[in-house]
Amino acid sequence: MKFLTRYLIPRLLQYVLVIWAGMTIVFIIPRLLPTDPVRAQIATLQTQGALLGPDAMRQMVATLEEMYGLTGSSFEQYLAYWGRLFAGDFGPSFFMFPTPVIQLIGRAIPWTVGLLVTSTVIGWVLGSIFGGLTGYFRKSRMLRVVDTMAMLIRPVPYYIMAMLLIIVLGYVFPIFPLGGAFPIGASITWSWRSIMSILRHATLPLLSLTLLSTATWHQTMRLIVQSVRDEDYIRYAKIGSVKESTIFSRYVMRNAILPQVTGLTLALGQIFGGALITEIVFAYPGVGTLLFQAIILTDYNLIMAITTISIIAIVTGILIIDLLYPLFDPRIRYK
Amino acid sequence: MRTLVELLKDVRFSLGAGVLLVLLVLSLLSYASPYDPIQWRVVPRDLPPSSEHILGTTSTGQDVFWQMTFAARNSLVIAVFGALLSRAIALTVGLFAGYSGGTTDRVLMFVSDGFMVIPLFLILVLLAMLIREHMTIVNMALLFGVVGWPWDTRVIRSQILSLRERDFTHTAVLSGTHTLKLIFNEYTPFVIPLVLATFINHMAFVVGMEITLAVIGLTDLSIPTIGAMLRWALSYEAILLGLWWWLLTPIGVSVALFVALYMVSVSVSVYLDPRARVQRVGRT
Repeated sequence: MKFLTRYLIPRLLQYVLVIWAGMTIVFIIPRLLPTDPVRAQIATLQTQGALLGPDAMRQMVATLEEMYGLTGSSFEQYLAYWGRLFAGDFGPSFFMFPTPVIQLIGRAIPWTVGLLVTSTVIGWVLGSIFGGLTGYFRKSRMLRVVDTMAMLIRPVPYYIMAMLLIIVLGYVFPIFPLGGAFPIGASITWSWRSIMSILRHATLPLLSLTLLSTATWHQTMRLIVQSVRDEDYIRYAKIGSVKESTIFSRYVMRNAILPQVTGLTLALGQIFGGALITEIVFAYPGVGTLLFQAIILTDYNLIMAITTISIIAIVTGILIIDLLYPLFDPRIRYK
Repeated sequence: MRTLVELLKDVRFSLGAGVLLVLLVLSLLSYASPYDPIQWRVVPRDLPPSSEHILGTTSTGQDVFWQMTFAARNSLVIAVFGALLSRAIALTVGLFAGYSGGTTDRVLMFVSDGFMVIPLFLILVLLAMLIREHMTIVNMALLFGVVGWPWDTRVIRSQILSLRERDFTHTAVLSGTHTLKLIFNEYTPFVIPLVLATFINHMAFVVGMEITLAVIGLTDLSIPTIGAMLRWALSYEAILLGLWWWLLTPIGVSVALFVALYMVSVSVSVYLDPRARVQRVGRT
């Protein structure tokens, strides 16, 4: 019962508040800035060669304002915005008219989720294990090499890492395809060949994301383990001649993994941004590439929808990890 | 001075600082450039590196080496100003939240938590998208400065929370020191090293964000920055045309910059860690 009132309810309240704040920011930003999306859209059309008479222009402005939900007072707009949000209606895509934006995003999401979940899980687990080992066994030569490698990889931005992998493994040694998620024109089936081809295309983006996340988790885990191993209870266990492997796995790692879980929730937003960038480099057909196309074509509805849905998805993902946290930390469970 | 000598004993610091120094010299060289960075077709196109053009030329008819000096300069300027601004915000909010406590603290921490949880990249994309034509060096520094403070605010706040319970705070309050004076004269010296360490981290964040936004086409690409240079090389398909010198120069510069910043920051935080300091004293 205490768990409910002291942990669960405040956490859920925070979740609702963050979502509300995030959505409100997304609502306010475009309205605060001097640029008008409707005029920008018309300007884009005109540069593409569309000729509009004054009447057609007025009608166009009215249609666009209606479509973007820019009619009525700011408060009415705000209410309408929430109404559409709950209905899951983000309007049609402007440049792939009249396909609803939500459909385009729905098609892209599985690819992004696949990349994101696989690379985060592998990177987090591998990084924690390597980081734990290097932090605890400080004298090992081999682990020092791992440590130096992590130190060199960690600061490289997602974008540059992806570029380097493409140049080396896609261009100089053409082992993997340069981009895409499947051969152009191929349909996706459950056949062996199709799956193998999808995996081959996913290798480089996955490798790029996993390398970076492994190095990051390695560095944080090493620092945590280094401070845990100097604790009194570890010294006591050593004096009491508890087996080294038991100390490492049951005492050191068990305690050091907790801040890593918290770290995961804090880093999820950044990892997501990184995945989007990696997708753009590899032209992987996920949310990132869709966002890139939307930016190039100034498809306003699509950008708004991607931002909104991503914020909700990330904040929800963090909530789920937070709610699983008591599984790792018995202190919260029994409180 | 003694601090610098101590720091230089660390290989990571001296290596990182050395690379940063080289980049600084390169960016200062831009003032001696024989070409205007904005102008196209000032040199023959697509030449490989030679004695005349140390790093070759681009398809837009610019000299890669001199272009790179401008790029390094502009990127460094954006990074330093962005980092300065966000440090100022982080320091103010952190000091304020930590000292006043109570509801103020909770509200400020809620705001910064919200910032941390929301994928900043997307908010930046949304903002940059709307002011794309106005993404000058100053605006970029402002934009990256405004979003980059929440994490360090938390660190500074926790430091203040512990300082507030120290004896000297009580002495100062009881002897009638003004709150602002207490915060700025007594607390700031304790958090300045922390701010310096996060300053370097934030510089890396700003350079990375600049590159990312430039590559997806959301900055003013006529201003030569590392990101804009990469973007031009990519949009002219430098890989497929075999113009490796054009693409590898911005990649090399950015990797060198990131690794150097990271090494310096790791080394400074190890230096600041009290536990490590005890070990260091024990050794000498």
